[in-house]
Amino acid sequence: MALSQPVDSEVSSPRRPRVRNPYSRLPNWLYPAFVVVALSLFGIFAIWVVFFQHEGYYAPYLSPFYSPLIKVGPIPPGVWVAWAPLVFRLTCYYYRKAYFRSFFGHPRSCAVPERAGRRYRGETVFPWVFNNFHRFAFYATVVQVVFLWFDAIIAFDFGGRFGIGLGSVLMLANVVLLSGYTFGCHAFRHLAGGDLDCFSCSLAARARHKLWRGVTVLNIRHDRWAWASLLTVAGTDIYIRLLLAGVLHDPRWVL
Amino acid sequence: MELTSLDLKIWRGDAKGGDLVSYRVPVREGMVVLDAVLWVQANMASDLAVRWNCKAAKCGSCSAEIDGFPRLMCKTPIDEYGGRLSVGPMKAFPVIKDLVTDVSWNYQVNKEIPPFTPSDKDLSSSEPWRMQQKDVERVMEFRKCIECFLCQDVCHVLRAHDLKGAFQGPRAMVRIASLEMHPKDVLDRRPLLKGKAGIGYCNVSKCCTEVCPEHIHITDNAIIPLKERMDDVYFDPVRSLVNRLGGRSRKRPAD
Repeated sequence: MALSQPVDSEVSSPRRPRVRNPYSRLPNWLYPAFVVVALSLFGIFAIWVVFFQHEGYYAPYLSPFYSPLIKVGPIPPGVWVAWAPLVFRLTCYYYRKAYFRSFFGHPRSCAVPERAGRRYRGETVFPWVFNNFHRFAFYATVVQVVFLWFDAIIAFDFGGRFGIGLGSVLMLANVVLLSGYTFGCHAFRHLAGGDLDCFSCSLAARARHKLWRGVTVLNIRHDRWAWASLLTVAGTDIYIRLLLAGVLHDPRWVL
Repeated sequence: MELTSLDLKIWRGDAKGGDLVSYRVPVREGMVVLDAVLWVQANMASDLAVRWNCKAAKCGSCSAEIDGFPRLMCKTPIDEYGGRLSVGPMKAFPVIKDLVTDVSWNYQVNKEIPPFTPSDKDLSSSEPWRMQQKDVERVMEFRKCIECFLCQDVCHVLRAHDLKGAFQGPRAMVRIASLEMHPKDVLDRRPLLKGKAGIGYCNVSKCCTEVCPEHIHITDNAIIPLKERMDDVYFDPVRSLVNRLGGRSRKRPAD
């Protein structure tokens, strides 16, 4: 056997010279960098739409930022609506992982060293303790999703005639993805049946078990629903805004 | 290119300190990291301390950090690392010698969790307990735990912040979930979750799920549902009232 004796110890070697995640071929910094860029871009865009824009309706399409449409004085309509999905996403269990890793480095990636700083208290202190109210944001978002379904159906109504435009398809895709994201939420999974200890003990419990299993199917890919729906919310709004500006022409097929 | 030898760095030392020492190990087909470490122990360093038992990823003894990432040595093929890798002890626990760490804190935590507690009626019944498959399959996932403590090791609350007095870690959460969701258990461990178990310190980074060799969905199926159960009592006055009036009132508070 070709053996060799132990070589000299590495003089300044730390206990862990490097961390390589065996479950990912991507470098440790890529995911947090992606999240920072994507969420920052969306955040800036959302602030611009909600606080500085007053128009988001191009018949029969209504921007998801403005649904339901509430116009009171000079206040932009998005202000009345956008807080619900904003709080829902801020307190969402997936986004918590994403922003804690990316913006705060808690942890940036699994097993990597964390930067020294103030004492870590997790979600036990302000403001993170408010993440425990995620279910209330879920309730508010469900109301908005109902309005978005109404808007998506209206988007196929072209002056009393059924039709399909590119905007109709976008709005339908948006509300489908938002529904998948909203109803795959961990809080809803708990409310649907996760809080039960016995799934077979009553008729109601058996029905809730079926619902819980259905929500679990959506919940497994909660991160993908989250990103896909974020993309379609921005994409639908941008499309309607480009129609309003006359930059694009909406291709339609009307009966 | 087929590997013929492995440049293996093993952390050698004790509680006072230590360093990485290099060994050249001949490679056999199908070799795992534990094989290489045991070869070193048998042929080059008979005083090398390493804890192992089954070599089948079922006893949870050979947990270590391979290239800085928590893994079971017996389940890690060396050909994933291209001829060079380092092995160190788990960072979250005190080193005893070389690759052996003192994991006794985990057993102390386990003792602090109130054990399985059936109702007086079930306890006094002479009939065998009957449980539906749908009622037990959820907790069966948690019973797969082999107590390798990789989840404890990778958890940044314990690993980077050393908050062992405040947070009992993912392994404890899995055990609490297995009891709390058991259809025949009647004890209420939610005060424990908010208090001594410190579930609020978890910020859902999901690293515990990533490293689990039994593929238990620790975050999604144990920690998050437990957070939601805690929220029922401490952050949702409506649910708290409903639970008190409804089925959950049957739960007995833990002493």
